[in-house]
Amino acid sequence: MHMTESETRPDISLAADLRVSPDDAPVAPDVFTVRNLNVFYGDLRAVSDVDIDVREREITALIGPSGCGKSTVLRCFNRMNDLIDIARVEGSVLYQGIDLYDPQVDPVAVRRRIGMVFQKPNPFPKSIYDNVAYGPKVAGQKGNLDEVVERSLRSAGLWEEVKDRLKSSALGMSGGQQQRLCIARAIAVNPDVLLMDEPCSALDPIATGRIEELMKEIQNEYTIVIVTHNMQQAARVSDRTAFFTAELDEGTGQRRGKLVELDDTGTIFSNPADERTEAYVTGRFG
Amino acid sequence: MAAARSSVVDLADLRARKGADITGQIFLGLLLISVALAFAMVGAVFWDVLVEAWDIISTRLWDFVRSPSSSDPAKAGVAQGIRGSLLIAGIVMLTFPIGIAGAIYLEEYADDTWATRLIQVTVRNLAGVPSIVYGLLGLAVFVQGLRGLTGGSSVVAAGITLAVLVLPVVVITSAEAVRAVPGSMREGAYGLGATQWEVIRSQVIPAAMPGILTGTVLAIARALGEAAPLLVIGAAGFYTTGNNDFLEQLQGAFTALPMNIANFSRLPAQTWRGHAAAASVVLLAMVFMINLVAIIARARITKKLGR
Ligand SMILES: Nc1ncnc2c1ncn2[C@@H]1O[C@H](COP(=O)(O)OP(=O)(O)OP(=O)(O)O)[C@@H](O)[C@H]1O
Ligand SMILES: [Mg+2]
Repeated sequence: MHMTESETRPDISLAADLRVSPDDAPVAPDVFTVRNLNVFYGDLRAVSDVDIDVREREITALIGPSGCGKSTVLRCFNRMNDLIDIARVEGSVLYQGIDLYDPQVDPVAVRRRIGMVFQKPNPFPKSIYDNVAYGPKVAGQKGNLDEVVERSLRSAGLWEEVKDRLKSSALGMSGGQQQRLCIARAIAVNPDVLLMDEPCSALDPIATGRIEELMKEIQNEYTIVIVTHNMQQAARVSDRTAFFTAELDEGTGQRRGKLVELDDTGTIFSNPADERTEAYVTGRFG
Repeated sequence: MAAARSSVVDLADLRARKGADITGQIFLGLLLISVALAFAMVGAVFWDVLVEAWDIISTRLWDFVRSPSSSDPAKAGVAQGIRGSLLIAGIVMLTFPIGIAGAIYLEEYADDTWATRLIQVTVRNLAGVPSIVYGLLGLAVFVQGLRGLTGGSSVVAAGITLAVLVLPVVVITSAEAVRAVPGSMREGAYGLGATQWEVIRSQVIPAAMPGILTGTVLAIARALGEAAPLLVIGAAGFYTTGNNDFLEQLQGAFTALPMNIANFSRLPAQTWRGHAAAASVVLLAMVFMINLVAIIARARITKKLGR
């Protein structure tokens, strides 16, 4: 499961210190280096042999037809797959050089650095304030969280709309507001990375536009990986795009997800290397 | 654009077809009849009990709830029964955390192995075991086996026996409530770096609380109404001692409202008119009050959760 079998494995909390120093670093060092990733649900190999690099402070989009394993791959980036009993992960997912699946790594610590926004807005049945304050609270932040809450809601472009009703239930908000609240909630723990699984699929075009704007605004503070079914969205917001597809495996008769290619978004949409990608992005397939 | 199409719609086309939903109407009718029947039966029982109890309720209700058992119909009351039932309810409630914790363990922590499934099936079956069997268990284990602890046929032995009787109900309803908490809520909390315990404490338990409360109320109501296990354990229908200090109340002779009711109804009806009915009214009032408390608590939690 690990790339290297080094004697002393660095603790995850040292991750920040392990970043390549600015002098000798390339412009955008990789946040994630995924090699030979295979994910199984029981006997089903949902994705096979995926290699992906995610660069720092970039937006990486994962696209592809339904069932090709985009969510599955995304959920490996913060070990959300641990929550599914039958899921098994093989290969290496390096986060700033540290294997996230190293036995010494605590998934809880991972998720504090690598936050997630889900497809369906899932605010907690609590007040707006408590939703945003939840992350900092479980991270052990004591005392007055007003400032964190305000800053996060401002970042998510929600502050003006909700500042007078912070104490009212988050379930009374519109779907778009709820999703921005979920983004605010994720930002509040000050993560390195934001993973977003089709964050706009339940939203109307206006709410979608606001979230896309928001992603652009926070891009220089966070690395973002987004799964989307909306090709225009990938083209609009992302720096690089990974195209996945599901192939029928002759031996088992199962459909497994594969990464076809990963490149600059412009290239993927105008001049992809693989014809399957071209067929998909031009709408002839998928 | 629309004008270009020349389809003519007649009002008749948009009318409901005659008799289109006749089976649906019949079904609805049957449902309404069943509901009306259910209400009518409950109403009839209440009415009957109230009418029979009216003599006592209207003349000496306060005296009736405050007096101990007596051989004089004009003096006899259910004070000991109320006390016994309250003590039993208290003891049963003390064991609720065990049932709720068991449910949370089964749903959230236990792996899905054959052992877990065996436990789940067993709990379900235990909920269906006739109460008299629990009475025998109570007699063997809590009255005789643990006499040193319970003092024999005591309110403690009765409380523990009834707790064991209703615990499966608590476990089943709590487990269902926990299972009904949406996975998206758990994922949301895990995604923010919460530990399993934090997810359970701050999301799962609050969201499951209304359902858990409903289960506990059902459980208490059942425990309060059971007479058969008490009979086996040896609750007294009539006694004059054991009214003194608290320890004696816990470990000495005892009775409970269902025993009072059973006892009253065995006495000659000419002189003991309405005593059983009046005791039933007291028992119903008690169950009703517990329900009320739970409904208020549930409404508060639900409001806090913003639903
Ligand atoms: N919890 C699970 N248990 C079993 N199989 C699963 C589970 N989650 C996903 N799968 C399977 O893994 C494969 C990939 O699923 P995944 O959800 O990653 O696809 P996706 O690309 O995100 O699809 P979509 O675009 O529809 O969201 C599918 O065949 C799916 O049936
Ligand atoms: Mg998906």
